[in-house]
Amino acid sequence: MSVVTNTTTIGAIEAPSRRNTELALLIFAVAIPVFAYANVGLAMTGKLPSGMLGYGLGLGLMAGVAHLVVRKFARYADPLLLPLATLLNGLGLVLIWRLDQSPRLIQRAKSAWGKFSPDAPHQLLYTAIGVALFVGVLLLLKDHRILQRYTYISMAVALFLLVLPMFFPAVNGAKIWISIPGLGTIQPGEFAKIIIAIFFSGYLMVKRDALALASRRFMGLYLPRGRDLGPILVIWALSILILVFETDLGTSLLFFGLFVVMLYVATERTSWIVFGLLMSAVGAVAVASFEPHVQSRVNAWLDPFACYTSDKTGACEQIGQAIMSFGSGGTLGTGLGQGNSDLIGFAANADFILSTVGEELGLAGMMALLLIYGLIVERGVRTALAARDPFGKLLAIGLSGAFALQVFVVAGGVMGLIPLTGMTMPFLAQGGSSVIANWALIGILIRISDTARRPAPAPAPSPDAEMTQVVRP
Amino acid sequence: MNKPLRRIAIFCGLLILSLMIRDNWLQYVRADELNANEHNRRVEIERFAHERGNIITADGQTITGSTETSGNDFKYKRSWKDGPTWAPVTGYASQAFGATQLENLEDGILSGTDNRLFFDRTMSMFTGDKKKGGNVITTLNSKAQKAAFDGLGDKKGAVAAIDPRTGAILALASTPSYDPSTFAGNTSKDSKAYNALQKKVDPDDPMLNRALRQTYPPGSTFKVVTAAAALENGLYSGIDDPTKSPVPYILPDTDHQPLNNEGNIPCENATLKVALQWSCNTVFGKISADLGNDKMKAEAEKFGFNKEIFNPVRTDASVYPKDNRPQNAMAGIGQASNRATPLQMAMVASAVANDGKLMKPYMVDQLQAPNVDVLSKTQPEQMSQPMSAATAQKLQKMMEFVVTDGTGKAGQINGMTVGGKTGTAQHGVGNKDNPYAWFISYAKSGDGSPVAVAVVIEGSDTTRDDIAGGKLAAPIARDVMKAVLDGKK
Repeated sequence: MSVVTNTTTIGAIEAPSRRNTELALLIFAVAIPVFAYANVGLAMTGKLPSGMLGYGLGLGLMAGVAHLVVRKFARYADPLLLPLATLLNGLGLVLIWRLDQSPRLIQRAKSAWGKFSPDAPHQLLYTAIGVALFVGVLLLLKDHRILQRYTYISMAVALFLLVLPMFFPAVNGAKIWISIPGLGTIQPGEFAKIIIAIFFSGYLMVKRDALALASRRFMGLYLPRGRDLGPILVIWALSILILVFETDLGTSLLFFGLFVVMLYVATERTSWIVFGLLMSAVGAVAVASFEPHVQSRVNAWLDPFACYTSDKTGACEQIGQAIMSFGSGGTLGTGLGQGNSDLIGFAANADFILSTVGEELGLAGMMALLLIYGLIVERGVRTALAARDPFGKLLAIGLSGAFALQVFVVAGGVMGLIPLTGMTMPFLAQGGSSVIANWALIGILIRISDTARRPAPAPAPSPDAEMTQVVRP
Repeated sequence: MNKPLRRIAIFCGLLILSLMIRDNWLQYVRADELNANEHNRRVEIERFAHERGNIITADGQTITGSTETSGNDFKYKRSWKDGPTWAPVTGYASQAFGATQLENLEDGILSGTDNRLFFDRTMSMFTGDKKKGGNVITTLNSKAQKAAFDGLGDKKGAVAAIDPRTGAILALASTPSYDPSTFAGNTSKDSKAYNALQKKVDPDDPMLNRALRQTYPPGSTFKVVTAAAALENGLYSGIDDPTKSPVPYILPDTDHQPLNNEGNIPCENATLKVALQWSCNTVFGKISADLGNDKMKAEAEKFGFNKEIFNPVRTDASVYPKDNRPQNAMAGIGQASNRATPLQMAMVASAVANDGKLMKPYMVDQLQAPNVDVLSKTQPEQMSQPMSAATAQKLQKMMEFVVTDGTGKAGQINGMTVGGKTGTAQHGVGNKDNPYAWFISYAKSGDGSPVAVAVVIEGSDTTRDDIAGGKLAAPIARDVMKAVLDGKK
């Protein structure tokens, strides 16, 4: 209808925008956490929590604003991403609020720091900032290809963000925080994740042919020329080194995975996977052999209950508690507010928030939650598939691959599948930087998907069109 | 670039899938194992999350309760009404130190986790009732228990009383006692109270259940068993036959080591009846030697010696060992290596009173759901037949004669037939420590005997002669029997 001037016989078929689907899903995404909130209140105090209305309205308002912005500025965007992120964020808020009510954690905080301050209000504030950033991304970033211009700037920024925490004291064995007086602490690694994906996409898009084709064969593998691979290898090695010195294992694993995935997608050469796996194996063994922080994590992973019998190390205690918490949840869980996941104590609402889900929502809840994460990743990969430009493809697969790896590393660590490395469950865990950065990540994915699903521009009307239609007798 | 993208998509899918498989492994396959893990504090939290059921006496007295605590993890803690009196029956259930005896053995019912309470739990899930444990109805008689505990007073000792007709335990007292309420919680105050009760700190060992877990030389009270063995094995046919026993009796296989009597009593060639009346060591030592170790051991075992008894609380095994001839002769008068628990000696008296049938002792009558539905009821059960009814009646005559005309006069109750036997067991090398004063007895009315009781008092420093059992222990036994009989009226 819009193509009034189109005089070709076949018009461009407009893809449905699916904005109403998104709205309907968003209603669920807000309603489910509100019910969960009521559930926690009823289970713990026997009455509806007083903040329920405010909470529901707050979440609804944020979701509504985000939806309107998407409707206006990214109308062809993937309809699932926003509702899924909203649902996760809402559930995360409920879980953090639930752990705030735990007398055990309150007492723990009081004896450790002399006072207790609930985390949920902060998290709500961070969510608001996150949604604001999401809106900002959609408003400012009209086309994701603009980001290509900032390839080398983003490299510098990512390195700066990664180096920054080294000048701040370590918190709980890892130097991954910077503290800004009055604002609290920030984890720059979360933002560096996005920025380094931008750098990789920009660089690989330009150099991918050179990397894939101008290569020498060596021991059955195609090795690219140093001048092509060099810069990216240097950046990657630097970031890994920095992270190792900051003992931020999760993020270094994430960066490495991101690097391998993007290189593989860009060059279409399987040898990269082999190469990557070999390097990661060497790296992991090397780091594990000299870093005591890593060794204790590995030991705790091998025998989660060892510390009950021999030495008392914090990491082991946590893993053992987390695994028992999952076991006690069983198939259906104890119900929100009725479990004892707070026995984990330290980091119950951060790294280990998943064990609260496991104990209180059970296997059923965990499956649903993992499927939600899986769906976000899947929508990201679909966006990459649908994207029409290589930069968009690379950025989308980079971001969704990073998201998937982060989910795997955190959840696998908490469930004792792999050694615990200490990262946050996207959207779910307490932590400002994580929520804000992940909202930005979703914003960029939505922008790419909007571009990808936008109908192809109608062919320009041919100046001869009038002529062909004129049938003269 | 789409081919590697598809592969990455599959890879991401595998990552999520592996998480799901791991989660199923943890939450489905290993759920029970992890839930029961000894380090899983949830088990303890759940145990104290709701009110524990009560332990109730046969006459309806509730002897336990639950107190709400201010602690974070454990909402309720156990409390006892009159803890020191009942501790030997209930044991303790502490948040910090676990549980013992009935509190431990019937924990499933009391804490409400027993499978028999499944229906009840399901119902209360729908009705919204607060979860609560079931009750344990014991066979104990609160008046008899009080009489036993008060009678022991500040003396060290124990009382066990049984209904001979059924085996139901009526009283089980042990002194010095402790109040389990003082360490039911898990605060430092509780652990201080608990540590103060340990034997290392308090040599009186207040947490020792002397009625069930301490064996004493039974002394002369064991002569009842020896007499039963003599009659059962046909050594003598009647209680008035002369026993052809000399004074002093020289222990067999020894170089003229004499076995003497306490004081100048008419024991030479005395009849069984007179020998029991005066508690003649010479007569019963000779009987034991004449019968031999095997027969004596067999008879003692019929009364329950040499094995642990579960009532359901474990009772230490009383011992009548395989031994040489002189030791066996000494064992026949309840000395040397012969040892018995107070409950065991109460069983001896009850077998006599119940015409030779020994009923299995028990102290849990019923298990009740929180809504007082009966889940199970204990049926009295015969444990053995240590003697024929005829022998039992002969022994009754002898024991009754001890109370009317012998050493046990302090056990008399107006208007009741009481049979008894005193005992004073030597203690320590060369008898240097204070002796144990014993009294076992039963009371009888028209329809059998409703109560048999054994009393032992350790280390009282009053007297050393054989009458000590009569002086110290018999009045307590009388009070306990009276408490039971008064309740019957």
